[in-house]
Order: sequence, then C-alpha cells, then structure tokens
Amino acid sequence: MTAPRSAALVGNPNAGKSALFNALTGARQKIANYPGVTVERKAGRLVLPGGDAVELTDLPGSYGLNATSPDEEVTRRVILGELPGESAPDVLVLVLDAANLEQHLVFAQEVIALGRPSVVALNMVDLAERDGLVIDHLALEQALGVPVVPTVAVRRRGLAELTAAIAAAGERESDPHLAHVTMTERRVTAQAIADAAIVSETARHRLHAKLDKLFLHPWLGPLILFALLFVVFQAVFAGATPFADALEAGIGALTDLVRSSLPPSLARDLLTEGVLSGVGSVVVFLPQIVILFFFILVMEASGYMARAAFLMDRLMAGVGLSGRSFIPLLSSFACAIPGIMATRSITDPKDRLTTILIAPLMTCSARLPVYAVIIAAFIPNRPVLPGVGLQGLVLLGLYVFGIVAAMLVALVLRRSVTKGAASGFIMELPKYQMPRPGDLLIALWQRAWIFLRRAGTIIFMVTVVLWILLNFPRAGEGENQVDASIAGRIANGLAVVVEPIGFNRDIALSLIPAMAAREVAVSSLATSYAVGAGDDEEQQAKALGERLAADWSLPTALAFLAWFVFAPQCMSTIAVTRRETNGWKWPGFMLAYLFALAYVFAGLTYWTAVWLGL
Amino acid sequence: MAAAAMMTLDLLPIGQPARIVAVDWALLAEEEALRLQALGVDAGAKVCVAYRGIFAGRDPIALSVGRMTVALRRAHARAMRVEPIAP
Repeated sequence: MTAPRSAALVGNPNAGKSALFNALTGARQKIANYPGVTVERKAGRLVLPGGDAVELTDLPGSYGLNATSPDEEVTRRVILGELPGESAPDVLVLVLDAANLEQHLVFAQEVIALGRPSVVALNMVDLAERDGLVIDHLALEQALGVPVVPTVAVRRRGLAELTAAIAAAGERESDPHLAHVTMTERRVTAQAIADAAIVSETARHRLHAKLDKLFLHPWLGPLILFALLFVVFQAVFAGATPFADALEAGIGALTDLVRSSLPPSLARDLLTEGVLSGVGSVVVFLPQIVILFFFILVMEASGYMARAAFLMDRLMAGVGLSGRSFIPLLSSFACAIPGIMATRSITDPKDRLTTILIAPLMTCSARLPVYAVIIAAFIPNRPVLPGVGLQGLVLLGLYVFGIVAAMLVALVLRRSVTKGAASGFIMELPKYQMPRPGDLLIALWQRAWIFLRRAGTIIFMVTVVLWILLNFPRAGEGENQVDASIAGRIANGLAVVVEPIGFNRDIALSLIPAMAAREVAVSSLATSYAVGAGDDEEQQAKALGERLAADWSLPTALAFLAWFVFAPQCMSTIAVTRRETNGWKWPGFMLAYLFALAYVFAGLTYWTAVWLGL
Repeated sequence: MAAAAMMTLDLLPIGQPARIVAVDWALLAEEEALRLQALGVDAGAKVCVAYRGIFAGRDPIALSVGRMTVALRRAHARAMRVEPIAP
C-alpha cells in the first residue's frame, strides 16, 4: 500500500479544525488562495510515522455538500475533486465536535458515503467531558465504518494516533445507496448513532448558557458590545503609539545612517527620500493593525463574534443587511481587504455584494496617517469638554461620518442596484472557548506578514516610481524641481479638475500615488515638499505639518479630510473586489460612486467653510 | 390544544420548550431552507427560544436546538408551526 500524499481536514464550522490543523502542522503553513477564488487555502506539512510527509489542507467549515456560500462551494469542489488545478485529497480527515455529535454526524455521513479513504477525529473530547458527555468512540467507529480517533487539539492529545490512522487509511467501497438519502434521513441516523455512542450524559453546557445570559442580555448585551468596541479602538489608537513611535525612530535612525555612510548622490536620495520615507511611513502602522487583528481574532476564537453579529443584526436589518455583515465591516476598520475577504461567509449574494461595496467607507487604518497630519496641523488642540479635546472630537467625527455614509449608501444600494428580497440571518452561535495563545500568535503573524509583504512590494514600487517621476527631468538653474518634473506636470493638469473643490497642486500630486495605498498621500506630500525644498536647510527642517499649515487654507484642509472619508483610491481594494465579484463591473461601480461622493462632499465642505469665513 | 398547535415559532415565549411540527418551506428562500435544515432546524426538532434581540420587533431570535444555539430571524420562525411540550 502506498502512503497518502495529501489529506484534508473537513468538518462543520466550529469543530476545532484550525486548532487541530495548527497542532498537526505547527507554525509552518502556506497560505494562498484557491485558483480563481479568494477563499484562503491553508496548507501545511504533516510527517507520517513511516517518515513520509503529506500535504495537509484545512478546508473551510461546511454544513454539507450542498453549498450555500462561496466558502462551502470550495470545500465541496475540493472534496469531489472538481476544482481545476487542485486534485482531490487522498485522505479526508473528518473533524467532529464531540460535544455536538448528533449535529456534526450529519455532514460526516454525507462525506463518508462518498467512499473516499476517511478518518474521523473526534475532537474536543475534553470539553464534551466537561459538559458531562462520555462517548464510546469504538461504538462510533462501528457505526460509521471508518476509524475514529479521540483528540484534544489544544492539548495535543491523540495526535499520534490520528497521524497513524491517516497513514493507514485505505480505499473503501462507496455505498451507492447511502449517497441518496435525504438530509432528514441523515439527521435521524445521526441522532441514532450519537445516542448509541453516548455512554452517559449529565449536566449540559452550563458555562455556555451563563455567558450567553450576560452577553445576549436584552440591554446589558449591547452595552457590553459597545464598551468592548470602545476598548478596542482605544487600544488601537493609544496602545499602538509607543510601538509606532519606536518604529518611526528606528526608521529615522536608519535614514541618518544611510545619509552619513553614503556619499551624496541620486541613489542615496532614492534610498532616503523614496524607499525609507515612503515604505517607512506605511510600516509605522503595523502595531495598529496587529492590535486590531488581535481583538478581532480573540473575538472570533472565543465565540463572541457570533454574539456581536446577533446583537447587531437588528440595526443592520434597518439598512437591508444582516448581522453577518458586521464582522467584515469591523475588520474593515483595520483594512478593507481582509474585510472584503471576510464577506465570503455571507450566504446571500446581494447582501455580500452590498457589504463589499460599503466596506471601503469604514475608516481603515491607512487613512489614519492622513487624518492625523491634517488634524494636527489645522485643528487647534483645545478642550471642548473636560477630557475631550477638539482634535479627538474631529477624528471621531470623521469615523462616524464614514459609518453613517456607509449605512446610507447600503440603504440606497439595497433599493436600487442590489435590490432583492430582504436578507436573512441564520447562523450558529458556537460554544464559548478560551482562545489558545499559540493559535492566536500564528494567526497574528500571518496577518502581519501579509501586511508587510504588501508594504515591501506594491508600496515600495509606487514610492520608487513616484520619486523617479518627481526627480526627472532635472530642474534647470533657479527652477523648482517639482514644477519641472513629470509628476509635477501631470499634477498641474489634474489640478484644473480638483480646483473647484479647493484642492491645490500639491494635493493633486499626492492623490495619484495614493491610488496604491491611501497612506501614501502623506508620504508623497512629504516627498514632494522634501524634493521641492531642495537644499534649503531651513525649509527641509520644517515638519510636514508646519508646511501644510503655512501653505493650505483651512477650507482646503477640511475638504481634504472630507475627500478621505470616501477616499476611493486604493488599488488593492479595487483588485480584491474584482476577484471577489468575478469581473470589472462592481469594482468599476465602486470606484465611480466613491469618486463621485468624495468630489461632492469635498466640494460641499470647501464651499461651506469658505461661506462661513473659516 | 388546538390553539397551541396553531402557534408559530416566532410567538413562542422565551424558555418554553416546543417541538417543530411542520415547516412551510415555501415561505423561505431555498438557501435559507437548506441552511436551517443543515443546522437542525427542521420538522421534529425540539427547540427552545433562548434569547431575543432588544430592538423593535425583538428580532433576531436565538434558538436552542439540541446542543446548539442557532440565530435566526422572526421571518424564518414564522414559517414554523410548533407545539409546546413539557420541559
């Protein structure tokens, strides 16, 4: 018998698949996308007792082979070997939650009926025991006809036995009769199998019910949710500061080191003005992204996120969405890209599309540097109420503006382009669990790595290209470098278009590279002022904020802020939208509506401010 | 028990165990029906309304089904006829 080469973890959502996957493969995992779709493909190496290695994949959680979401569709096609470029796994490892056996056996029977080599991991037996459930796994094995191994992924219990069973899993006869039973029949069988395998049963999920009593309490529940969100945002903005400052100092020191160790040349300027200041200004946001993702991951792993979705459902229903949209939208405060990717679990296609379209209106962390620079330069730092400063209030206002705009846009979209039946909200509220630090670390590291890779590739490229466009052709004697450059000429053309909304040439110039990433607007303002200042030491020394305060009028600054609430420019968001919606139609629509709203609201802000005499 | 037999799930008081007698699947979108069945919300299931939302209409509903808790909307619950059973 030849050893299997590939295996896949299959099971209902919340069966503990990811924890088992981490326990089996360790931290060395490859994350990619399945060909043609953006569903994440997580793969790792599992070494069998004989020394052979199999590629283990973690398939998206699914309730059945009858897919109702893009996630489940991938699982179905991989299991059946129907996904182009992806062969069917040699062994299917069915992961069942021991504490929810009769439910998880429904899908398990469906998969076992396919007749593929299969192994069952009866997972989280410790939690089942805590709930007073004792299960006879041999009886289960008898009933299912495939090996059953009790496991506790988080305590690494049963892993060796499971690996041995995977290695030994052989061909089985498929039972053509089994493939045609209905869901209801399968459920009856599942109940019977579970009843036979459960040896004893005493108290039932006490802790779980107690926590729900608190978190789903009619008025305490929402209060706790909003308090929690407040803590999250507080941690993101205040907690990240020391780390961000340290990163900034490090980049500054590196810049000085390059300046002092290399002779003055264009290459040195490219390294300092282009690469270090450009990429550096983005990398500074790593702490904020890590902190936000930490909270999101904890909320997800503990089971609280589903409760948050439950609590938010009614509010979301008001604009034609459902509680399921809450999770992607919350992620979008870090970055719209993971947010848009998280919409894959939304069943209703119209719901999903609407959520994708409004995700960029959630103020992502990339907009924070833009807000921070402008607010610091133009909004006086004076208290409005004790403990509440005007600057903080303006920042909060910009966030609220984005949320309100998103809700209004959703309302309009659901009545026009994404019109359809009112969306439903059906989701499992999983058991509460203590998140395992190791699993959190792996997930956090993966998020951070994706962000850094983006900074290292696309943002790096754009900054270098901008720097080149700003420096060539070289200015003649007594001529300003920015005016003479290619970028300056393009911006002069664009300035005509944005002049009516109060934008100047520098802003027009910063908007082009900001297409790559919004935060580049700040670094490109910095780069163009740095290049424009030339060798004037006094000018060079001035901080960006001071220069902006001297150069821009207040209405212009406010219009710039209003523009960034909508901030249509972000190529990565457009690209991920194209992939998620399979075409250019919706990203095109997104781009058009965001640009239109940004233009209109920047203009309104500018002229209102001028009229008020600000 | 004629009145009780007519009761739909959305009217079931919190904490009252009941059995789903029949489901009018025609009232639900096909995908929603599939998902509810996959989660075990189907004819014959023993259920209990555990929580309701706070806002207008007290929507959505958190339903205990077997060992799981499933969230659904009142619109879905309206399609299900239930009969109360002894706890």
